[in-house]
This record gives sequence, C-alpha cells and structure tokens, in this order.
Amino acid sequence: MMRRLLSVFHARNLEFLRDRGTLVFTLLLPVMLVIGMGFVFGGPQRPLFKVAVLGAAADAHAHPFLAERYVQFVSLPHEDEALRKLTHQQVDLLVDFTGPTRYWVNTDSPKGYVVERLLLAAEPGARREPVAGKALRYLDWLFPGILGMNMMFSCLFGVGYVVLRYRKSGFLKRLHATPLTAFEFLSAQVLSRLSLILFVTLVLYIGIGTIIGFHSAGNPLLLALLAVLGALSMIALGLTIAARFSSDELVGGLLNVLTWPMMLLSGIWFSLEGSPRWVQRVAHVFPLTHLLDAARAVMLDGAGLAQIAPDLLYLALTTLVFLAFGAWSFRWRIE
Amino acid sequence: MSTALLEVRDLVKRYPATTAVDGVSFSVREGICFGLLGPNGAGKTTTVEIMEGILPPTAGEVRYRGEPLGARFREEAGILFQKTALQDFLTVRQCVALFRGLYAHGLEVDEVLRICALEKLAEREARKLSGGQQQRLLLGIALVNDPAVLFLDEPTTGLDPQARRNFWELVQSIKARRKTIILTTHYMEEAELLCDCVAIMDRGRIIAQGAPHRLLTQHFAEVLLELPRQDFPEAARSLPLKLFDTSDRVEITTHDLEGTLRSLLAAQVPLTHLRIRPPNLEDLFLELTGKELRP
Repeated sequence: MMRRLLSVFHARNLEFLRDRGTLVFTLLLPVMLVIGMGFVFGGPQRPLFKVAVLGAAADAHAHPFLAERYVQFVSLPHEDEALRKLTHQQVDLLVDFTGPTRYWVNTDSPKGYVVERLLLAAEPGARREPVAGKALRYLDWLFPGILGMNMMFSCLFGVGYVVLRYRKSGFLKRLHATPLTAFEFLSAQVLSRLSLILFVTLVLYIGIGTIIGFHSAGNPLLLALLAVLGALSMIALGLTIAARFSSDELVGGLLNVLTWPMMLLSGIWFSLEGSPRWVQRVAHVFPLTHLLDAARAVMLDGAGLAQIAPDLLYLALTTLVFLAFGAWSFRWRIE
Repeated sequence: MSTALLEVRDLVKRYPATTAVDGVSFSVREGICFGLLGPNGAGKTTTVEIMEGILPPTAGEVRYRGEPLGARFREEAGILFQKTALQDFLTVRQCVALFRGLYAHGLEVDEVLRICALEKLAEREARKLSGGQQQRLLLGIALVNDPAVLFLDEPTTGLDPQARRNFWELVQSIKARRKTIILTTHYMEEAELLCDCVAIMDRGRIIAQGAPHRLLTQHFAEVLLELPRQDFPEAARSLPLKLFDTSDRVEITTHDLEGTLRSLLAAQVPLTHLRIRPPNLEDLFLELTGKELRP
C-alpha cells in the first residue's frame, strides 16, 4: 500500500515541480505578499494617538483632554474589550470619565507614555491603573489571516482542479485499472498538497518574520500542528468537490461558493466581533475560521494546547468527515 | 487442451437510451490472442471494459481463472485503453516507473523500455511523443506488471500505416512470450494478422465466433472480384451475378471464376482494373450483416 501511495505521491510532486508557470506563481505569490505588506506596514507608524473612552462620549467642555489635537478618541462600551485592545496596543490609552477620572496605560508602549503626559497636563487628578502588554500592530493581527488565505486557495483550488483534470483526461480511469485504491490515490494527493502548502507557509512565515517582523508569543510547534490540521481539513474539503464532478464550470463555481464566504466571514481581514450572532455561527462552520482563531490565540496571546484544543479537534473531525465523504463519492471516470 | 483464462457469461450492459451489450458469452483460453471485432458502436469497448473491471455490468459476469474479478486480476492484468492521457511534465521513464510502483511484481523499468523500443526516448516528456511513440509507451505501461492477460482496446486507431505495422510487430513479440491478449479492433487486417480466435460483434451481440481462417472457410467457398464502379456499366447489372456496391467499387462473389470472367467479357466490362482476392473478415461482416464494417 505504501509503495503504491508513494509512487503516486512522487509522480504528483514531479508534475508540480516541472510545471514552471504554476511553480513560479505559487512561490511568487507569498513573496509578493511579503513585499506588499512590507510597503504597507513596514514604514514608520502614523503620528496619531488613539485613546479609548469607556462608555458614552463624554463632554469636551468638562474634560479638556478630549479637545487635544492629533489624538483620535474612540468610544468602547465594554471594559474587557477595551483592556484587551490596550494590551495589544490597538489603542494607546484607555480613559474612564464616568466617575472620578481614571485611566489605564500600557507601560511598554512609548505612545502610551506620551499620551499619558497629555492627559495628566489636562487632568492632573486622573488616577492611573497600569496594564502590561507587548506592542501589537494591525499587521500582527492580519498576518495569520494572510497565511490562512493563501492556504485556503492552495488547498481548495490546487487539489480540486488537479483531480478534475486527471478525471477528464482519462488518467484516473487508467489508474483505476491498477491495484491502486481510491483511498491510496486520495491520500497521495493530500500528502503531496500538504507538503507543498507547509513549505510555502514556512517560506512566508520566515520571509515576513525577517523582512518586517511580527509578533508571535506561542509555541511554534503548536503553530505547525495547527497548520497541518488546518491544511488537511481544507484539502479534504477540496477533495469533496473534486471527488465526483467532471465539469470545469461546476467545480469552479462550487469552489468559489466555498472560498468567498470564507474570505469574508472567517476573519482574514477584520474581526467578526460585534457582527450579528448568526453571522458568527455561520463563520464557525468554516475550517478557516477555526484555523485563524486558534492561530491568533497562539501567536498573539500565547495560548497553549489546551486553549486551542476545541479548534484542533474541529479541524481533525472535519478532515475525517470530508475525507470519508470524498472517498465515498469518488469516481474514477466520467459518468 | 488449455483451460479458459477468462470467461464471459451472459453479459448485458444497458444505458437509459440503449443496450450496449446484449447477452454476450465467450471464453478466452490462456496464451491466445482473442479479437473482438466490429464497427464503432458495436459494443466492443463496453464489453472489454466490463472484462477489465472498469465498468459494472447490468447483468452477467466475468470470471478470471474461475473466480470473479478481484485483487489477483488487477495484479495480473495489463490494460491499454483506447484513449489515455498521462500526467503532464513526466518523462517516459517516470511514467513507466509510476505505474511499476503500483504493482507488487513486474518487469524492471529498463526492461519495459527495451521491449517497447523506448530507450532513446526515456528522458523525453511523454506529452511530446508522436502518436506511435505514445502508443508504445502506453503498451509499455500495460506491460509493467508482466501481465498474464493483456487488453488492447483499438490500439492502432489513428496511427499512420508505418506506426501501425511497428505496433503489430511489438504485439507479435509479446504474443511470442505466451501472453494472453484481448484485442478489440475494427481493422480486419489487424485481426487476421494477430488473432488466433475472433468474436464478431454487431449491435451488442456476437454474430460469429471462431478462428479467422475457419470462419472464412465456413462462410465462403467463393472468391471475390473487385471492379471500380465507373468501369461497371449499368447493362452488366442484369447479369446473373452476386453483386455488392461499396462507395467506390463493385464486388462480385462467385464459385465459378472462369464462368464469371467470361460473362463479364461478353458484357464488354473493362477488366483492366479487375482485382481477384480471397474473402476476408470484412467480407464476412458484410455477409453476416449486409452492411460495411467501415461505411
């Protein structure tokens, strides 16, 4: 069995590596992403202070600090959420004007230090509540999303179209006439695509880490495990689409039906916090949502195995369900 | 007497709009080349794909060495489909190696390349081969497991005459190794040259079966005369002769060659382009069905 699986695995890898156009594109895309993100996020940060104000907007006459120039004030209703943003330095200072003025400042943040001086100049009696946390940029939050998006496209389209092409050309039918089983064939495709995705993700991870630098508080081995399970789940999802159909249009359409909702709802570009409950429920059906939630928990908050275990379990279970469905519905030839 | 390697019993394959195979039975002895002949749409490929285990039959069964088709059959069968694409970007050697890796036992890759005269093409990408070279590669792939039974489905369709002859030589060399071969073709010349036994199919049924020379002697005690159509005057059609019109010629079947020639001369039919030949399987198909094999 292993011999047959490895033969197909090896041949698929050779085919991919010799397909220069696809190979260059696959390797170039992450490099372009690295460079693009470097341009967008690599320069000096904008000289704007962002101060969160707890509760409803306060009166600027009563609190002259609110009239400071070059300071953006945002109103946040919940203290927990506001403190998390402060910890991750998504805001530089948190102020509560609902009673006697008190404030929280991240002692590790240089901007927090400066904006604290401004507050104290305007409101000398304000009481300080210190908070610790390492600087976090939008890039740090976005980075797992970019990796996940790249993975999603590679998994779904890479596997879906390859198997479709094999079926349409009659290559699958020829393989069917050998002792190779559907399970062995599908496993070889999964392993080949998984190796490629892990390699590209590693290139991206190291590339962006070297050129721009990003925040990663968690265990890299846990991230690797997460990458493997996330990729497996999405490859298996691609196989469920490719298992049976023979029409380019249909397969392309179905893959788009899967990728676009994931693009919008899985939290690649922005967090779904604050969106309607049903939207969040739908989003949590997608493997990509679990991959990104867990990746951000590990990278940004240093979460351990126990904290992301539900996501890992979901990814493992969906892999099994998708693979079982793919193997059950698999057809070697056009019907 | 050799035992049957493959037995086909009461095979039926129905599709919603048509019955492709309609109660076909035959057996194939070990070590022979068995031909399934017939025009396009006769049911040859459907029959052979059911025999290969690729298509499920609607009814009937195929047995290999007395057993239903199973793992042993897959290990011991070599198959060349009518149309097969291989993976892009792989060389000839890598294509052969891929399929060799799918079998527990078989020939060395170099041995396969040698048998199919592919040594000089071993490092060339498979998709860049000519039609004849590709068929040789697909034959090589069918041989990687040193099969006991080799299925060749219309293997020379679309090849030029030279490539076709080269392929026939290859098949003859494989036949000499005592392999059992199942060949489907609509080239009667190919069947007569390679097959020890043939089954002629039409509309999903077998209409004649046996050794080619025996079938011909059974059905023909006659010779065939062929004349170009333009050389055959309308007046000559009233002669008491057994005539058949093809697209470009008139065929006359007769027991009495001398008498027929005398009648033609008397009717002033020009005989400059006359051809006299023994009947072949194509004529047999015509005799049995009243239609040409390749209209």
